[in-house]
Amino acid sequence: MTTHTQAIDHAHAGDQAHANDHGGHHDHKPTGFLDRWLYTTNHKDIGTLYLVFSLIMFLIGGSMAMVIRAELFMPGLQLVEPDFYNQMTTMHALIMVFGAIMPAWVGFANWMIPMMIGAPDMALPRLNNWSFWILPFAFTMLLSTLFMDSGGPAAGWTLYPPLSLQGGQSFAFVVFAIHMMGISSIMGSINVIATILNMRAPGMTLLRMPLFVWTWLITAFLLIAVMPVLAGAVTMLLTDHFFGTSFFNAAGGGDPVMFQHIFWFFGHPEVYIMILPAFGVVSEIIPTFARKPLFGYSAMVYATASIAFLSFIVWAHHMFTVGMPLSGALFFMYATMLIAVPTGVKVFNWVSTMWQGSMTFETPMLFAIGFVVLFTIGGLSGLMLAIASVDLQYHDTYFVVAHFHYVLVPGSVFALMAGTYYWLPKWSGHMYSERWGKIHFWISAISVNILFFPQHYLGLAGMPRRIPDYSVQFADFNMLSSIGGFIFGASQLIFVGVIIHCIYRSRVKASDRVWEGARGLEWTLSSPPPYHSFNTPPPINNKTIAHADEYAH
Amino acid sequence: MKKQNTIIVGLAVLAAVSAAFWLLLVAPGFSGNEINMPRGVTAQSMMNYDLHMMMLWICVVIGILVFSAMFFSIVLHRKSRGYEAAKFTHSTKAEIVWSVIPVLILVGMAIPATTALVHMEINPETEITIKITGFQWRWKYEYLEDDVSFISSLASSSNAARMLDSATDPATVENYLLDVDKRLVLPVDTKIKFLITADDVIHSWWVPALGWKRDAVPGFINEGWTEISETGVYRGQCAELCGKDHGFMPIVLEAKSKSDYQAWLAAMKRQTADQASDEQRLWSLAELMQHGESVYTTQCAACHQADGSGLAPAFPALTGSAVINGPIDEQINVVMNGRAGTAMQAFSNTLSAADIAAALTYTRNAFGQKEDAVVQPQTIARIKNGQLSANL
Repeated sequence: MTTHTQAIDHAHAGDQAHANDHGGHHDHKPTGFLDRWLYTTNHKDIGTLYLVFSLIMFLIGGSMAMVIRAELFMPGLQLVEPDFYNQMTTMHALIMVFGAIMPAWVGFANWMIPMMIGAPDMALPRLNNWSFWILPFAFTMLLSTLFMDSGGPAAGWTLYPPLSLQGGQSFAFVVFAIHMMGISSIMGSINVIATILNMRAPGMTLLRMPLFVWTWLITAFLLIAVMPVLAGAVTMLLTDHFFGTSFFNAAGGGDPVMFQHIFWFFGHPEVYIMILPAFGVVSEIIPTFARKPLFGYSAMVYATASIAFLSFIVWAHHMFTVGMPLSGALFFMYATMLIAVPTGVKVFNWVSTMWQGSMTFETPMLFAIGFVVLFTIGGLSGLMLAIASVDLQYHDTYFVVAHFHYVLVPGSVFALMAGTYYWLPKWSGHMYSERWGKIHFWISAISVNILFFPQHYLGLAGMPRRIPDYSVQFADFNMLSSIGGFIFGASQLIFVGVIIHCIYRSRVKASDRVWEGARGLEWTLSSPPPYHSFNTPPPINNKTIAHADEYAH
Repeated sequence: MKKQNTIIVGLAVLAAVSAAFWLLLVAPGFSGNEINMPRGVTAQSMMNYDLHMMMLWICVVIGILVFSAMFFSIVLHRKSRGYEAAKFTHSTKAEIVWSVIPVLILVGMAIPATTALVHMEINPETEITIKITGFQWRWKYEYLEDDVSFISSLASSSNAARMLDSATDPATVENYLLDVDKRLVLPVDTKIKFLITADDVIHSWWVPALGWKRDAVPGFINEGWTEISETGVYRGQCAELCGKDHGFMPIVLEAKSKSDYQAWLAAMKRQTADQASDEQRLWSLAELMQHGESVYTTQCAACHQADGSGLAPAFPALTGSAVINGPIDEQINVVMNGRAGTAMQAFSNTLSAADIAAALTYTRNAFGQKEDAVVQPQTIARIKNGQLSANL
């Protein structure tokens, strides 16, 4: 292949001007606390804000899950009234989806995309600041509903009418909070797309980009396509609730099922918004610790794009029980089954990357392997759920709860943790405690299975989801699941401890490359990296690209 | 020698992964817990069970193969064993193979899946039609050909035990949360059509032994059908979140032989006729209070509480309420027609005239200051029939 070794490329003169302002003292940071964090336009600081925010939300949403598992520990109601239980399940989901997983991925995007494509910063720094600072207000508003007279939302995160319309005045706060989260996501996505399409170093062609950058580019398009749809859906709920419209009220000529179609047109791509960046992170980590290039780079890119496309045409598989025409059910069943093909390609490629590698098993690799195994289990149960006629049994049972928690917790969340351990030494300049990282992994990986695997049995044996109390025949597995839940919840405090120790206490300096097998531009920077990543575009060649099919030839 | 080692490791990993799957999927059943989908008692449920098992085993085999390859690599291809990394980056041939084979497997799955769906969705000629209406939080069953209808609610034993401050151990309650006051009775070996709808919010009618669930959507009617092959009692639950007592609206279906079913139906018809004549006579205050208390307990107490204190903020207190102490017309209006946008439903759809009259009398006497206020079933019956204005 041709190498691009020129150190300075004047094609990006515009970007250079900004970089040159900072000349030889490009590592200066604003000194005041407000200047540094509230007014910041720096991609790393904003990335840190996103990550800290999502960690706090993860702990808040997690404590709600603890309330849920505590109530389900035994049959009978012991702790909370059913209405509060419903508020917990609803808020748990809204906070984990919109407050923990999505902002965490935006945090990774902010930190890593400029460093991975050889850019000094994100393309739209002020927009970046704004898209973060909307979030604390949105979630303050959402959480405040728990303290209002009419309580928090209790109709499930899917907000199906007419039930969601029975909520009180606090419903308006929920709708506006969702609007604000949507605005934040859309602005974040515009920034990601603008950065990736305009700020790549010369020679960093699209098919040489790290896979994490690719998956985020595709995720950003998904977000821009579907967040406005959700905003429209909740706005119609708002006017149905407060202004007497009848979009979803059959008595007024509306259709409650229409909401479900609109919601899931957002909701299914949303699932992939949460998992595609995870695919990206895992595709960065496995080659590093296998010391072997990613297998089938281009196939990975095309598989990601196919999954994203298919995610738009499968939404009604969440609704097989609402009553739809046979032809409709068949279409959505076939389309859903098709997703197994590109997803299978991904899993096979990860395994092939490990195959005949020279593997070591540091914490990021452990989480990445945990991801591949447990995400695959979630994917296989997803394939079972695609079969429309059997879904009439599975639907709205704990089998579904087990399925989507397998793809979200040991799926997305494990990938987030893998990514954190992988890049934390780069971000902080210090090594984390490998021993505590491994303890965190093993406790999490074992307890997450104790937590979610028995839920498959519960669902098959007939336990519906979203119930605060259950028949005694479900007692054993619920207790087991709760015990797993408490251990999993507690073990996340280790994660917090490892991060705090790494940043403030660790004395072990991280090298620039950090990991022996690490490849890609971010590892050519110092650890921690300079405040502005690349003031001059780095050379793109065999030594600096992370992976591409042409690599190593 | 080296090749032999590789084979041994390969077999060991395969055995370990298979054992792990066996431990996960089969072993938990030994403890006596139900861990799988029931085979059920209809052609649909058996078809779904077979499909489910087929899918499960295909997924298990795929899982064993993928994970074995992965763990084989993890065991052998590690730096600590001095393994040197290979350099390959892709193989078009392999990638085509593992795209095409899954497509073939999917086609293999899609064929029986399509057959099952077609069987389920295309309704045959049916002999009996049952209209099912979901309410917050009970089911109403109407036998359309026979003019019999009733409401089925959570059994009072479960209802008392499930309260937050109840001292009852759920394990001592028979069929805790899966028992009702009035069962849906159906004949075996009869094709039965269900028309499923809801009055307030979306519910979902699900009896696992029948093999399907169907959403009950207000304003729309969904269809389903069944033909039960064995007599017995089959239990299920509402499967769509429908508010605070979503977990407390079970379904109990009793399948009887055709002759037993006819006997039951005849008894139900007599009861309906008795009820109608009952509504025409004058009731004493004591009779109304006694009946009213039982109606209040099953229909009203979940929200307004047994002592009428309500559950703030969504469910208002009755004690001291302006409606209870004000003119009776307003209370009749609220109870019969409900309050839009709240969980207060229109009880004229679900309760008999005697039930409503008794509940009104009971609440005004037990929680209001209107001592001896009496509402007669006759009055309510006339409002129901349109002979008196509901908006008095």
